[in-house]
Amino acid sequence: MISIRKAVSLFTILLIGATHVVASETDNATALTIAKERKQRDIGWGTTEANVTMVLRNSQGQEAQRELNVKSLEVSDDGDKALTVFNSPRDVKGTAFLSFSHALEPDEQWIYLPALKRVKRISSRNKSGPFVGSEFAFEDMTSYEVEKFSYEHLGEEEVNGEVCFVLRQTPNYDYSGYTSQKVWIDKSHYRVQKVEFYDKKNALLKVLTPQEYKLYKDKFWRPMRSEMRNVQTRKSTYLITEDINFDTELSESDFDKNRLKRAR
Amino acid sequence: MSHKSKKPFYLAFPKASLVFTLLVMALALIGAQNLYFRGDYKVFFEESDPQRVAFEEMQNVFNKTENVAFMIVPKSNDVFNQDTLNLAYDITEAAWQLPLSTRVESISNYQHTYDLDGDLIVEDLLFEKLQNSEELAQIEKVVDSTPEIFGRLVSKNKEALVVDTTIQLPEGDQTKAVIEIATAAKAIKAEMLERYPDHEIYLTGMVIMNDAFAVAAQSDAETLIPAMFLLIFVSIAIIVRSVWSAVFTMAVVIASIAITVGLTGWVGIYLSTATVNAPTMITTLAVADCIHIIVGVKYFLSKGFSAHNAIEQSVKVNKKPIFITSVTTAIGFLMLNFSAVPVLAHLGNMTALGVMLACVFSLTVLPSMLVLKPLSSGSAINNTLFVRWGAFVVKNHKVLLVFSLSTIVIISAFAMNNRLNDVAVKYFDERSTFRQAVDVNEKIFGGMSNIDFVLYTDTPYGITKNDFLSDVALFSEWLSKREEVNHVLTFTDTLKRLNKNMNGDDEAFHVIPGDSELASQYLLLYEMSLPFGLDLGNQLDIDKSALRVIAVIENLGSNEITQLEKDAKAFFNSLENKYRIEAASPPLMFAHIGERNMKNMVWGSVLALALISGLILFALRSIKLGAASLVTNLLPAAIGFGVWGMVSGEINMALSVVISMTMGIIVDDTVHFSSKYQTARKENKSAHESVIFAFSSVGMALTTTTIVLTLGFAVLASSSFMLNAHMGILTIIIIVAALIVDFIFLPALLAWIGDDRQPKRESYT
Repeated sequence: MISIRKAVSLFTILLIGATHVVASETDNATALTIAKERKQRDIGWGTTEANVTMVLRNSQGQEAQRELNVKSLEVSDDGDKALTVFNSPRDVKGTAFLSFSHALEPDEQWIYLPALKRVKRISSRNKSGPFVGSEFAFEDMTSYEVEKFSYEHLGEEEVNGEVCFVLRQTPNYDYSGYTSQKVWIDKSHYRVQKVEFYDKKNALLKVLTPQEYKLYKDKFWRPMRSEMRNVQTRKSTYLITEDINFDTELSESDFDKNRLKRAR
Repeated sequence: MSHKSKKPFYLAFPKASLVFTLLVMALALIGAQNLYFRGDYKVFFEESDPQRVAFEEMQNVFNKTENVAFMIVPKSNDVFNQDTLNLAYDITEAAWQLPLSTRVESISNYQHTYDLDGDLIVEDLLFEKLQNSEELAQIEKVVDSTPEIFGRLVSKNKEALVVDTTIQLPEGDQTKAVIEIATAAKAIKAEMLERYPDHEIYLTGMVIMNDAFAVAAQSDAETLIPAMFLLIFVSIAIIVRSVWSAVFTMAVVIASIAITVGLTGWVGIYLSTATVNAPTMITTLAVADCIHIIVGVKYFLSKGFSAHNAIEQSVKVNKKPIFITSVTTAIGFLMLNFSAVPVLAHLGNMTALGVMLACVFSLTVLPSMLVLKPLSSGSAINNTLFVRWGAFVVKNHKVLLVFSLSTIVIISAFAMNNRLNDVAVKYFDERSTFRQAVDVNEKIFGGMSNIDFVLYTDTPYGITKNDFLSDVALFSEWLSKREEVNHVLTFTDTLKRLNKNMNGDDEAFHVIPGDSELASQYLLLYEMSLPFGLDLGNQLDIDKSALRVIAVIENLGSNEITQLEKDAKAFFNSLENKYRIEAASPPLMFAHIGERNMKNMVWGSVLALALISGLILFALRSIKLGAASLVTNLLPAAIGFGVWGMVSGEINMALSVVISMTMGIIVDDTVHFSSKYQTARKENKSAHESVIFAFSSVGMALTTTTIVLTLGFAVLASSSFMLNAHMGILTIIIIVAALIVDFIFLPALLAWIGDDRQPKRESYT
């Protein structure tokens, strides 16, 4: 579930069918339509493989880096599958992480620890924890699914020179770390331009700004750089896509916990 | 008399001078709107204070440690029951709603790890509220075997639980946020007490302490200081037997304070726990100045002078001593700029300004008011008592000199008993709810002070190296064995537990993993399993190169805490590794500031004394008299700290200010007495006659000032904020000592050295 390709494409995906969303008011209906369109525009990419650098920075200005290889598999009608392999730091090189993400149920996660030479299942009800000490939570990195949230249309605003729909999305998952998120989706391509995350006490916690969008296969937009800034602790994390490949040889069988040991 | 000279402006046009003063006051007060109050403890430290820098850097690298802690004490004295654990669960949930909270830790959300069929399970120890008591035994077993919570979140005697909330305070003025958070915490406490009646809940933590600072300053400013003014007003009215005298004195006091505070606002300085005392200090000298003038007027009225002449005469004879006193006091206060504590420097500058304003007003505005509303001559002052005392002193001066000097030496010797001791949590007395919580915490947990040690490897993922971890484990064990250390939070405990979990919960694996890659990968796995707000950011830095070990210790005094710091560093360095160790925490900041401040203040006081002595010598133009005054000026402080050594012996940073603060009154007494003595000598009176003359002309004024100020400071001494209370008590001791010295030692000394110069003995009946 830690689909980093997701992190890369955070929220820029679109929707499959029916939802639990109650759209009694027209505004909420509008919001849902926007959310569905967002998902719709990112359907059909199949598989990707990306090399990603994560740069962590604390309020003292110190930095730390992690290099990851992320393989992703699109799953219709459910969250996607992702296989993440650590290339650095050296001490965790070769550690492989497989996740099957789900919209409203706990994700399934396995990890292969090369030093132990064993695959371990990670039990986790919460998706709110930070991913490898970064400002990205697991739930920020998993695939966007329409039914993960309830929506409210807040209006329109210009961000990064793009006119955007502004939505408030409230997580439907019980153990989310957020009360809500405010999302700016540009009208031109339904790409996420900005997300504000509100914590349990409904105070602004983090701001995500995806930048340098690139178009792949004439259809799929991916940001090459995403900044997640924690406004409370003043720590931040950059997620930088070094390269991404949409023409992979990957298949469903590559995303199997029994093959984790051989993941590279 | 002075009819030859032109009448001064304030006597010729009294109304105009009053209007002018009011105008100045109004202009100054516009600046008061810039004032804001800072109640947090950081106002006591300069930006460049080394312990503050170390602490802030640590807070930037690791998560902040400023916190609100809820301590839950069930009346049953055993926390392992359904109700108490559910209370901890509810407070944990509620604490997430505290403004600016970033982390909440308790027994309920402790991330319990165990092995289940070869998989690592990480989950809340209390995932939901308990419906029955079935799980209690299991939970207790986990607590017993988990050093990360046992002794920290659950007391070792199992009488109390702690829900610890980390707060991310904003930069700059934090007082508003602090008060808001403390208010919210108190609301949670009240609500929970209603739902769980068989429990006590106590609030502690840095944020609550900051709130207590703010509340203390505020309540003293709102209740004690007005009460003090009232008492001063009433006692002046009674002793001088004139309500108008009291009104005029207060008018001068208020004008001096208002302009000082207003100008402070113009300059852009904030108010703080220390500077709220500036009005009190300005009051002391303003009152003394006014009393000298008023008593002088009454004295001359009783000699048959007209109202105008009496005023003019009083101003004339008092002008020089009041000016000298004010300048010397101002110098004393300006010396606070030597202090290592920024707010004490603010206090010094404000008071120096106020004292000079009081000098000007008592010599201008006060006479103007006295012209407009002349004092009745009916209530003349009876000086017989002072004249008789003067005669007695002169007659027995040798005996008194020997006797008083030896008494002073003996008392002063007790000053050796004093020790520097700045324990911030003990700045509040037993009446404060914060102090009550501190005391209960001390009883159950052994104390809430802490020292955070950061161990640096300076290489990414250096903290998982086996030799480093072994040293950290040795260091943690060393800390745990220290008597004053109550709990040690160390990552090595977590790693041992993970190693065990990953090996089928086999106790044989409850050790640090031998392979650093294995340790790194366990850590990665564990970090991936932790929920929001419970990550390891409070113990590990982002590139895993440094580790923080948190020692919770007794609420030690300054010396003990710096000793522990020194010993701990020495032990770690004795392990002869290539790693660095740093220590920081607010209690450590307070421990060091007391020492540094005292050192600076000693130099400040020496310089002040040198300047003041020079001034007195210059003003009196007599080496002998100057030397006598100088010695007399030194004694009251020596006596004061001697008495303090007998009754308390604890010196906090506020007391290092008392010398500067009382310097004014001490010098006031001496200068007025000496200058009256000198006046008489110049009129060719004998030394003995001159002493008696000095007694008859200033005895009343000095006594009145001392009584009035003693009463005033007695109010401050009743404060529940120890910094203020101790300041009040020591000030009283010193000003009373000053009066006694000036009424026994100084006249005896003057009578004695006067004899030397004028061998012929004279009668003085």
